[in-house]
Amino acid sequence: MLAALRHRYGILLVLAIVIAVLPLAFPSSYYFRVASLVWVSAFAAIGLNILMGKAGQVSLGHAGFFGIGAYAVAIGPTHLGVPSLVALLLGCLLSALLAFLVGRPILRLKGHYLAIATLGFGVLVALVITTESRWTGGPDGMSVMKLTLFGWRASGSDTWYWITGGLLLAGTWIALNLDETPTGRAFRALHDSEIAARVTGINVNRFKLQAFVIAAVYASLAGSALALMNGFVNPDQAGFLHSIELVTMVVLGGLGSVLGSIVGAAVLIMLPQVLTVFQEYENLLLGAIIIVSMIFMREGIVPMLSKFMMGRRA
Amino acid sequence: MTILKVDDIGISFGGLKAIDGVGFSVEAGQIFSIIGPNGAGKTTLFNVISGIYEASEGRIELAGQDVTRFAPDVLAARGLSRTFQNLQIFQRMTAIENVMVGRHLQEKCNLFADLFRLPSVTRQNKETRAAALAFLDEVGLRDHADTPAGALSYGACKRLEIARALAAEPRVLLLDEPAAGCNSVETEEIDRLICRVAAKGIAVVLVEHDMKLVMKISDRILALERGRPLIEGSPGEVRANPAVLEAYLGKHGAREAARA
Repeated sequence: MLAALRHRYGILLVLAIVIAVLPLAFPSSYYFRVASLVWVSAFAAIGLNILMGKAGQVSLGHAGFFGIGAYAVAIGPTHLGVPSLVALLLGCLLSALLAFLVGRPILRLKGHYLAIATLGFGVLVALVITTESRWTGGPDGMSVMKLTLFGWRASGSDTWYWITGGLLLAGTWIALNLDETPTGRAFRALHDSEIAARVTGINVNRFKLQAFVIAAVYASLAGSALALMNGFVNPDQAGFLHSIELVTMVVLGGLGSVLGSIVGAAVLIMLPQVLTVFQEYENLLLGAIIIVSMIFMREGIVPMLSKFMMGRRA
Repeated sequence: MTILKVDDIGISFGGLKAIDGVGFSVEAGQIFSIIGPNGAGKTTLFNVISGIYEASEGRIELAGQDVTRFAPDVLAARGLSRTFQNLQIFQRMTAIENVMVGRHLQEKCNLFADLFRLPSVTRQNKETRAAALAFLDEVGLRDHADTPAGALSYGACKRLEIARALAAEPRVLLLDEPAAGCNSVETEEIDRLICRVAAKGIAVVLVEHDMKLVMKISDRILALERGRPLIEGSPGEVRANPAVLEAYLGKHGAREAARA
C-alpha cells in the first residue's frame, strides 16, 4: 500500500478505497457528516496547495473564494431563479475572474506583501457578504435550496458523503496530473528560483496567475458543495479565520503534497471533534498540538512520514 | 556572423555608474571572455544583457534585432541563456527535472491539456525527458538524473546549470564563473564542455576568474575595470597589456610582477 502512494493512480486507488470502506465503520450519520466536511475542506486545501506548495505563493484570503462559491449557490436559486448547478458554475466563473483581476497586480508582490494583499482581498469579500444583507442575509446568513438533478434531490448526510468523496477524487486526480507537465514544472521552478525560471523562458507572472486562478476555482467549488450540503451559508465561511484554517491544513499536511492536504484537512476537522471531551481546554489543546507538530514535523505530516518510511527501508 | 552586439551600455544605481560605455560583439561559435578584478561590473553586465537589470543607456542587439530592456523570458525565447555565479538551481526538483524546465520554450504548454494530462501531454513529456537526458549526458550527469538537485555536489550543480541553459537550445550562452569553486579536474571538464558548446555554433560569453582557463579557451577577451572597458583583444594581447596587470594587482604589484 505504501509503495502504491508513489504513483498517481496508486494514490487515487488508495483514496477511493478509503472513501468506499470508511462508511462500514460509521455508527451514525454524524460520522458521515464529519467525513463529508473533511472531503470538502481537503478539496479546497488541495487547490490552495497548488498555489502555496507548488508555485510557492501565499494566499491569506482564500476563504473569500470559498465564500463566493457558497453564496453563489445560495443567491443564484433564491434571488435569480438560476438552477443550483448553473449557480455553482457561475460561482466558479466569478471566482476565476476575480482571481484573474485581483491576481494580476498583487501577484507581483512577494512574501509578506503578497500575504497582506491577499488578506485584504479576503476581508473585502467577507465585508461585502456581511453588509449586503438584502442579498446575503447579512451576518445571520441565509438558507440554500437543495440541489436537484433531473428530479432527484440530493439530501441526507450519506448522499453528500458520496458526492463530496467523488469531488475529492476528481480534485486529487487533477492536482496529481499537474506533476510531470510543463505547467506543473513551471510552478515548481518559479517556487525554487524565480530568477532562474525567468531566464529559462518562463513567464513568471502568467504562471503565478494560473496557479492563483486554479486555487480560486477549487475553493469556490468547495464552498458551493459545503453550502449545498449544509443547506445554509453564513459569512464565517468567507472569513479570515477560515482562510487561516485552510492555510494551516496545507502547511500541517505538507506543502506540495496532495495527500498531505487531505491529511491536514482530516486532522484539522476531526481534532476539534475529538477534543470536545476536554471542554474549555479544547482550543488550547488544538493550538498546542499544531505548534508541537510544526516543530517536530516542519515539512508537514505526509512528507515527514514518507521520509521516515523510506529511511527505514534503506 | 555577429550574434550578440552590446553597444555603449551603461547602468547606474543611485548615481553610481556600475557600468559605463561598455561595448563588444560576439560571433556564433566564438568564446568571448570578460575579465576584471572583483567589483569591475562583470556580473552586473551579465544582468543587463540577460534583462534582469534595465540598461540606463546603450543598445543591445541579438541576431540583428534590438532587444534593449527586454524581459528575461522574452530574451530566452529569442535564444539567450545564462547561468549564475551564485547557483540558481531548482533545489526541490531532480537533476533531470531541472533540465526539463530548461526545455520549457521547446514544449507546448496548455493549461487545460496539462490539468487533464491528455495523451499528447504524456507523449511530449516522454520526448522532453529523453532530450533532457541527452543534455545531462553532455555534462556528465546522466547517472544522477533522478537525484534531487539539492543533494548534488557544488561542481555537479555548476554543470547542471549549464545543462539546463543548453536545453533551451540557445544561440548565445552567458556563463557566469562556471569554474568557480571547482577543483582542477572539474575545471578541465568544464573547459572541454565550453569548447564543445562553441563548436556547435553557440556564442559563449564567459565571466571567469580562472585566468588559465580564460587564456586557454577564449577567442577574444574584454577586460573591465570599475565598470569601464580597459582593453579588448586576443588572449595574447590582453596578457601582454600592462594596464590589465595593474588593474588586478595595483601599480606596485604590476611592477613587482614585471620584475619577477
